[in-house]
Amino acid sequence: MTAAGGLPALESNPVEPFLRMDRMPHIWCPGCGIGTTVNCFIRALLDSGADRQNLTVVSGIGCTGRVAGYLRLDSFHTTHGRAIPFATGLKLANPKLNVVVYSGDGDLTAIGGNHLIHAARRNLDLKVICVNNLIYGMTGGQTAPTTPRDVITSTAPYGTFDANFNLPHLMDAAGAVYVARWTVYHVKQLARAMAEALSKKGFSFIEVISPCPTLYQRRNGQGDGLNALQHYKQVSVVRHGAPTQEVGIGRHGEIAVGKFVDRVRPDYQELRRAHLQESLGGRYADTLHLEECECPS
Amino acid sequence: MHADPAGVLTGVHFLDGDHACCEGCLAAGARFAAGYPITPSTEVVERFASRIPTVGGIFVQMEDELAASMTLQGAVWAGAKAFTVTSGPGFSLMMENIGYAAMTETPCVFVDVQRGGPGTGLPTLPAQADMMQCRWGSHGDYAVIALCPNSPQECFDLTVRAFNLAEKYRVPVMVMMDEVVGHMTEKVLIPPAEEIEIQPRRHTRKVPGEFNLYAPTGDLVPEMVHAGEGYNFHVTSLTHDERGYPSTTPQVQHSLVNRLTDKIYRNLDDIVTFDSHGCEDAEVVVVSYGITSRVAQRAIDLAVQSGRRVGRFRIVTAWPFPEKQIRELAGRVRALVVPELNLGQMVREVERCAGGRCRVVSVPHAGGAVHAPEDILNAIEEALQ
Repeated sequence: MTAAGGLPALESNPVEPFLRMDRMPHIWCPGCGIGTTVNCFIRALLDSGADRQNLTVVSGIGCTGRVAGYLRLDSFHTTHGRAIPFATGLKLANPKLNVVVYSGDGDLTAIGGNHLIHAARRNLDLKVICVNNLIYGMTGGQTAPTTPRDVITSTAPYGTFDANFNLPHLMDAAGAVYVARWTVYHVKQLARAMAEALSKKGFSFIEVISPCPTLYQRRNGQGDGLNALQHYKQVSVVRHGAPTQEVGIGRHGEIAVGKFVDRVRPDYQELRRAHLQESLGGRYADTLHLEECECPS
Repeated sequence: MHADPAGVLTGVHFLDGDHACCEGCLAAGARFAAGYPITPSTEVVERFASRIPTVGGIFVQMEDELAASMTLQGAVWAGAKAFTVTSGPGFSLMMENIGYAAMTETPCVFVDVQRGGPGTGLPTLPAQADMMQCRWGSHGDYAVIALCPNSPQECFDLTVRAFNLAEKYRVPVMVMMDEVVGHMTEKVLIPPAEEIEIQPRRHTRKVPGEFNLYAPTGDLVPEMVHAGEGYNFHVTSLTHDERGYPSTTPQVQHSLVNRLTDKIYRNLDDIVTFDSHGCEDAEVVVVSYGITSRVAQRAIDLAVQSGRRVGRFRIVTAWPFPEKQIRELAGRVRALVVPELNLGQMVREVERCAGGRCRVVSVPHAGGAVHAPEDILNAIEEALQ
C-alpha cells in the first residue's frame, strides 16, 4: 500500500485514533503550525498514558479554537474567549476530569484575558495550551495583544506601535504553577512539556509560538511556513528558569524558550475543601462529582 | 423522580423572593451556581453560597457575567444542574452565552431580577423591561422559556419548574423576577421532598458508538451525555449536524434552527401556564404579569366593586407566549388592558394575538416604582367607554 505521494504508508498512524478522521481534511492553511501542536499533544497523551476517558478538551473561537473539533475526545467548542470559564465549570463539577484548554492568543489573552488571569490566580487545575501566532488568523490577520511592534496587520496597515503581552510574565505574575514556551520547531520539547503539564496539578500554561504564513509571515516579508521554522531554529534560545520579565518577544531578536515556572501551591479545589471542612466541620457535605441524573454509568 | 431531600427545606418560612428562588434551585436539584454580584439579585447566590456546602455542591463567584454564564454550562456538561442569577446589565452581558445554551441545548436556568434600565438605570428599583430581551436578546433564531413569578411562593415554585422545563426541553429557562418580587417577604411553603416532582436529565441509554449527540427523539429533544463517560462527543455552537459536527449547508441550518424552535412551539400545551379569573363574562380583561399583576388585582377589585365586569389574565409563562388563550379572549371581550413596568413590551404580543378583534390598551410605566392602582383603573374605565 502506498500513500498518494508514492511513499510507503505506515500500517497505522499512532495519532489517528485520537483524531476525528471523518472530519479531515482540516481547515488550517499550508504551513500553519496548529496541526503540529495537535500532533505533539497526541504524542504527549500517548507518552504520558493519560486517562483518555477523563480527558476533556475545551477551545474558544478562532483557528486554534477548531482543535477541540478534531480531537476524538470529549471536546467543547465554546464562545469567543470563554473556554476557561466553561472549563472551570467542567472541572469544579467533576474533579476527575483532566481539563485541557486549547485555544489561540486572541481568544485567550484579548477577549478572554480576564478569565485567563483569574483562573491562574485561583490556581484552578486546568492545562492551558495557547497557540500564539501573534495575530488574529481566522478573521483575516488583525492586530492581537500579542502582535509585536512594527508589524503590518490588516488593521495596522502602517504597522503596530503599541506594546505586546509577554505571556509567560503575565501568567507567572497571576500565579500559574507551570509556565513554559516552545515553538512549533521544538516538537519533542513541546510534547514533553505537554505531558508534564498533563500530570501536574494546578494551573499550567504552555505558550506555543506558531506561524501564520498566510496573514503574518506573508505581510511582513517573512516567507512561508518552512521559513518560519528556520527562523525559530535560528533565534530560539533555551532559557529554563529565566526570569519571566526578560522573555518578551519582539518582531526581531531572540525567542526565549523553555520551562520558566514550575512550582507547587495548593489548587482551588484543595483550598476550598480544606477551608470548608475547617469552617463547617461535620456539617460540610463533601461531594466530588455533581451528577444529577439516573445515568447508566 | 422526586427531589433529593438534602436540598429541600421543607416547612413554612418567611422569605423574600430572592431567598425563595434560591430554595427553589436547591429543591430542584441544582448543586452548582456561578455568579457575579449585581443588585437586586445577589441575595439569591448569597444564600446559595451559605447553604450549598452543607447540601453538597459548588458556588463559584466568577470575575464577570460573561464567565458566570459559561461556567454554569461547563458544569451542566459535567453532570450538574446549574444556574446563574443576575440583573439588567449582567443579563445583557450574558446574552451571547444564552445563545450558546440554546444552540448546544444545554439545560440550565438564568434568573433575572429586573431593575430599571437602560444602562445602569435604577439598580435598587423595579422594572419589567427585559421581557423582550429574554426572548430575543441573543442573535439568531431560537426559542427559550421564561416564567414570571409574582410572589416569593412563586419564586420557589416556578424556579423548581424552570429546572424541570430546562431538562425536559433542553433549553435555557429564564426566571423573570423583578426588584419588588425579589425583595418582598411573605410566607413560603416548601413541601416535603417526595411531593416535589423532578425532571431528571435525559441521559441516553445508548452505548458509545451507537449514540449521536444531536439526533432528535420523538419530541425533537436529543438525549444527553456527560464528559468523562467514554462517548468522545463534540459540542459546538457552530451550526452542526446530528453528530454534533460543524456544517455550513443551508439544509443543516434549516433543520437545526427549526428544530430548536419547534421543540418548544409544538409543546405549548405542556409549557404554557397562566392564571385567569372572572374572564367568562368579562367586558375587559387586564393582562399582566409579575409584580404588576398584584397592583392590577387591586384595580380589578375596585372595578368589580363598582359593577364592572372585569377579568384577570395573569401571564405566568411569558415565553412561549399564551397565544391561544389571548386570541380566544380577544374574540369575546371589548378590551384587553395591559399594564407593565416598561414602555410597552408584552402588549405588542397581546396586540398581535388580538389581531384587531378587540381594543388593546397599554398602561406603560418607566419603572422605579409600581403602578398606582388608579392608573390601571382609569385604563379599565377608558377601555369601557
